Amino acid sequence: MSVKTEVAIIGGGPAGLAAALSCYRHGIRNIMILERDEHLGGILQQCIHNGFGLHWFGEELTGPEYAQRFIDEIRKTGISCLLNTMVIEIKEDKTIYAVNSRNGLMEIKANAVILAMGCRERTRGALRIPGGRPAGVYTAGMAQRLINIEGYMPGREVVILGSGDIGLIMARRLTWEGARVKMVCEIMPYSTGLIRNVRQCLDDYGIPLKYNHTVIRIHGKERLQGVTVARVDDKRNPIKGTEEYVSCDTLLLSVGLIPENELSEGAGVKLDPITGGPIVDEFRQTSVPGIFSCGNVLHVHDLVDYVSKEAEITGEGAYRYINGRSPSDSDYLQVIPGKGIRYVVPQRIYGDSDVEFYFRSNGIYKDGTVELTDGEKVLASKRLMRMVPGQMERLILKRELLTGVSKTKKLQLRWRNRNEEDDAECS
Amino acid sequence: MYDIIVIGAGVVGASIARELARYKLNIAVLEAGSDAAAGSSGANSGIVHAGYDCKPGTLMARLNVQGNAMYDRICKELDVPFRRNGSLVLAFNDEDVFQLERLMVQGVKNGVADLRLLPANEVLEMEPSINPGVVAALWAPTGGITSPYELTIAMAENAADNGVEFYFEHRVESIERKENDKFRIITSRRDFVASCVINAAGVNGDVISKMAGDDSFIIHPRKGEYCLYDRKWGNMVSRTVFQPPSNMGKGVLVTPTVDGNLLIGPNAVDTEKRDDDCTSAEGLAFIYSKALESVPSLPGDGVITVFAGLRAIADEGDFIVRPSGVSEKIIHAAGICSPGLTAAPAIAREVNAILTGICGPLELKKDFNPIRKGIKRFRDMDWEERMQIVKEDPKYGRIVCRCETVTEGEIVQALRTKLPVNTTDAIKRRTRAGMGRCQGGFCTPRIMEIIERELGIPMEYITKKGGSSRIVLGRIKDFLEEGGEL
Ligand SMILES: Cc1cc2nc3c(=O)[nH]c(=O)nc-3n(C[C@H](O)[C@H](O)[C@H](O)COP(=O)(O)OP(=O)(O)OC[C@H]3O[C@@H](n4cnc5c(N)ncnc54)[C@H](O)[C@@H]3O)c2cc1C
Ligand SMILES: Cc1cc2nc3c(=O)[nH]c(=O)nc-3n(C[C@H](O)[C@H](O)[C@H](O)COP(=O)(O)OP(=O)(O)OC[C@H]3O[C@@H](n4cnc5c(N)ncnc54)[C@H](O)[C@@H]3O)c2cc1C
Repeated sequence: MSVKTEVAIIGGGPAGLAAALSCYRHGIRNIMILERDEHLGGILQQCIHNGFGLHWFGEELTGPEYAQRFIDEIRKTGISCLLNTMVIEIKEDKTIYAVNSRNGLMEIKANAVILAMGCRERTRGALRIPGGRPAGVYTAGMAQRLINIEGYMPGREVVILGSGDIGLIMARRLTWEGARVKMVCEIMPYSTGLIRNVRQCLDDYGIPLKYNHTVIRIHGKERLQGVTVARVDDKRNPIKGTEEYVSCDTLLLSVGLIPENELSEGAGVKLDPITGGPIVDEFRQTSVPGIFSCGNVLHVHDLVDYVSKEAEITGEGAYRYINGRSPSDSDYLQVIPGKGIRYVVPQRIYGDSDVEFYFRSNGIYKDGTVELTDGEKVLASKRLMRMVPGQMERLILKRELLTGVSKTKKLQLRWRNRNEEDDAECS
Repeated sequence: MYDIIVIGAGVVGASIARELARYKLNIAVLEAGSDAAAGSSGANSGIVHAGYDCKPGTLMARLNVQGNAMYDRICKELDVPFRRNGSLVLAFNDEDVFQLERLMVQGVKNGVADLRLLPANEVLEMEPSINPGVVAALWAPTGGITSPYELTIAMAENAADNGVEFYFEHRVESIERKENDKFRIITSRRDFVASCVINAAGVNGDVISKMAGDDSFIIHPRKGEYCLYDRKWGNMVSRTVFQPPSNMGKGVLVTPTVDGNLLIGPNAVDTEKRDDDCTSAEGLAFIYSKALESVPSLPGDGVITVFAGLRAIADEGDFIVRPSGVSEKIIHAAGICSPGLTAAPAIAREVNAILTGICGPLELKKDFNPIRKGIKRFRDMDWEERMQIVKEDPKYGRIVCRCETVTEGEIVQALRTKLPVNTTDAIKRRTRAGMGRCQGGFCTPRIMEIIERELGIPMEYITKKGGSSRIVLGRIKDFLEEGGEL
C-alpha cells in the first residue's frame, strides 16, 4: 500500500497531537498521525496521577485527562490517525515505511514529517550495575505500566535508584498499593526530578532520599534478594566502607530518559550529543529540511505543557516549509551553551520572529541571571533565584534585538551570578 | 523407562541428544534450568575457534578442529547464524610475536588450515580500529562466530522434533543403581529410569559423577564476564580480535556478534560457587581496560547489558569424554570448558562412538530429519516477504519489541515448538524480543500478555527464567488486603 500526505506525524503522544492540531490550524488538511500503540496519548495514558496542564489549561489534570482534551480536538478535525502502526524507517526524501496488521506494509510519501516518538528509559545494562541477573529489576516506566495499565504489582519491598520524576511518582504509587519503598538512592547531590515531586511523593510518605548514593551490586539468582548501596565521592565513585545491604525484591531504575532517535538518524537527521535529540531551529526543523521534531524525542521535558507548546511551533514550521518559506543553512545563527548551561534548544535560529529558548543547567546555581549574549552584548536575560538540572528553564529573545547581529557569530547562553565578584558556583 | 538419559541441556547435552536421535532409542534430557542453554552455553563468547590454542595431542585439540569443520553444515541444517569472520591474535612486542609463532606451530600440528602471520600494516588494513601499536598478528580465517544459545536451542528443538523428550526444571538430585543394571534418576520433580546415563551437566559434571559413585575428577568453575554493546558499535571490528594468550585463558577479545552487536570479554576469575553468574565492578572495569588495548576507540558508554558465564575446568586439564570407571553405562562429557561450544558437535560424535563400542551398532531411524527451521525474523525479511507474511498472519503486522523489530507472530511461534518453554527469557533468546537497547522495558508487559493468552499462565505466575523468578508478585490491591500501610 502506498499513500501520499502533506504532513506525517510519527508518534501520537502529546507532542504529536499538538503538532497535528497546529498543522490543522495553519490550514493544512492532509495530516496523518502514525502511532504504534492501540491508543493516542503516548506515555500520558499510564500517568494516572495529576499534575498535568497547570500551564496549558490552568488546571490540574491527570495524564489521560490531559491527553483526552487533545484527542477530542483531533476527532473534530478529521486528521487521520493510524493506530497500532509502527514506523520502521524514514528516508531522507521523507518516504516513511510503517507496518500494521490491517494494511501490512505501508509506504507513505510526505511533504513534511514531524518526529514525535518520545523517549525510552535508561536501563541497568547502560549503567553496568554488577551482580546477578534476577527478575525484579525494572525501569520505573515499565513498573508504571505494569501497575497502571496491566493492574499488577511488580513487588513488595522496593528500592528505587535515581530520583527522576517517574521514580518519584512510582515511589508514591507503590506505597499507596501497599508496597514498602525502602529508599530512593540518587548518585548526584541533588534530585533530577521536580522539587514538587520530591515533596509530594517522598517527603509526605517518609521515604528517605539518599543523595550521593548508588546501587553497586544486585543480589539474587531467580528473584531479586537485595541490593548493596554505597555512598559516592565527588567523582561519583563508590566510597569503600560505606556499603550497606538492603534487602528488597524489586529495584526500580529512574536514571534518565533517552530520546528515541534511531529513526531520525536513519533519515540523516543530525543529533545534538548532549540532548540526544536532533539539532533544530526555532521552528524545530532538523538538519534535514522538511523534517521537524518536538517533545521528548527532541529533548527530555519535565512538564507536558511545554511539550504541547513546543509541538505547536512545528505546525507553523511545516506550513512555512510546504509553502517554500524555509530558511537555508547559511541563514542560521548558532546558539551555544556557555557557563552553567548544559544545553539549549533551538541550537540555531533564523530569527525572523521572537524565539523562546528551552535550556537546562549543568548544576545547582543560586541567585543570578541567565543571559543570551552576542559577544559582550546581552540580547536577553532573566533573573533566576535558583537554577537546577531537574527543571527546564525558558528565555525569550525578541526578534528586533537581532538586527545588526552578524550571522557568522555564535550567540551564547550563560549563567551569571548576581554578585559579579563572587563568581564561584554553589552546589 | 528410557534407553538413554542425558543430564544437562547445554550445547553438549543438546548436541548429544540430537546425534543420538538418529537411532531407534528412547531418549530424555533432564535439565535443571527452565530452557536449553541455561548454563555456560548461554553465556560465552560465541566463537567457533580455529583450534590453534589447544595443546597438541589433547582431546580438546582434536575435537576443536573436528567440531570447527562441522559448523557450516550443522548451522545450515539447523538454520542458525554462523559466519567465518576469521580470528586475529595481536602481538604488541617481541615476546608476543614469539607467542604467536608458538601458536602457529601448535595450530599446524593440530591441523588448523590457512594460518598466517601478518605484519602490522596488513593487520591495520584489515581492521583499522585496532591499536596502531600492533606489531604483528596471527590470522586464522577458519575462526567463526555463532549465537551459542540459538545453536543450543536449535540442537534441542531438532532433537525434540526427532522424538527426544526434554524435561526442564528437572534437577537431578541423585542416581541409584538398580539390580537389573538400570539407573534410577531422582530429580526435583519425579524419578526416571534409564539403561544408560550421559553426564553433560557442565560445571556440575563432577557432582553428577559423584552421584553415580565416581569421584575420579573435580571441576573448578572459572568465571568470565562480558559487556555487550549496542548495534551502533557493531562495526568497530569485523574479525574476532584476541590479545596475546596468557595462562588464564585466551584473554579479552573484541568481536562482532552474529546479531550485529559488539562483545568484549571475558576475564578469568576462579570461583567456588557453581551457580555464580554475577558480574563485578572490578571485572567489568578490567575487561574494558583490556579491550581498550586492542581497540583504543572503544566507547565508554553504549553498553546495553553485562553478563557472566562459568567455564567448567576439569582437574585433568582436558575434556573428559569417556565411560565412567564405575559403570560403562555412564558416559561423561564433562570438563567441557572452552572451546566446548566449537567442539560440541564432535563431542556428540565421540559419545556416539563410545556408545556403539559398548552396545554394538545402533539401529538408524528411517525418518530422522536433520533439518530445523528457525523462526523467520521480520527484521531480516525483504519488502515482499513482509507483505506476504502479514497477509498470511496479521500477527506479523504487530511489532512487539521496538528495538529489535520483533513481531507478535514470531513470539507466538517461539512458544509453539516442541520444547516446553514459557518464560520471557526463552522468548528473548528465540526472537531477540527484549535484547535490544531498552532491554525489555517496553515489551516485557506485552510479551507477558501473549504468554498468558497462548499458554494460559496467569500473569502472576509468568517467570523470567523459571523457579522463583516471577516478574510480578500480585495484582494491585493484593498487598493492601494483607494489611498494607494505607
Ligand atoms: C511517569 C511520568 C510522569 C510524568 N509526570 C508529569 C507530570 O506530573 N506533569 C507533567 O506535566 N509532565 C509529566 N511527565 C512528562 C510528560 O508526560 C512527557 O513529557 C510527555 O508525555 C512527552 O510527550 P511526547 O509526545 O514527546 O512523548 P510520548 O508521550 O512518549 O509519546 C510518543 C509517542 O510516539 C509513539 N511512537 C514512538 N515511536 C514510534 C514509531 N516508530 N512509530 C509509531 N509511533 C511511535 C509512542 O508510542 C508514543 O505514543 C511525566 C512523564 C512520565 C513518563
Ligand atoms: C566465559 C566463557 C567463554 C567461552 N567462550 C567460548 C568460545 O568462544 N568458544 C567455544 O567454543 N567455547 C567457549 N566457551 C566454552 C563453552 O561455553 C562451553 O564449553 C559449553 O557451553 C559447555 O557446554 P555444556 O553443555 O557442557 O555446559 P552447560 O551449557 O553449562 O550445560 C550444562 C547444563 O546442565 C545443567 N545441569 C547442571 N546440573 C544439573 C543437574 N543436577 N540436573 C539437571 N541439569 C543440570 C545446567 O543447568 C546446564 O544447563 C566459553 C565458556 C565460558 C564460560
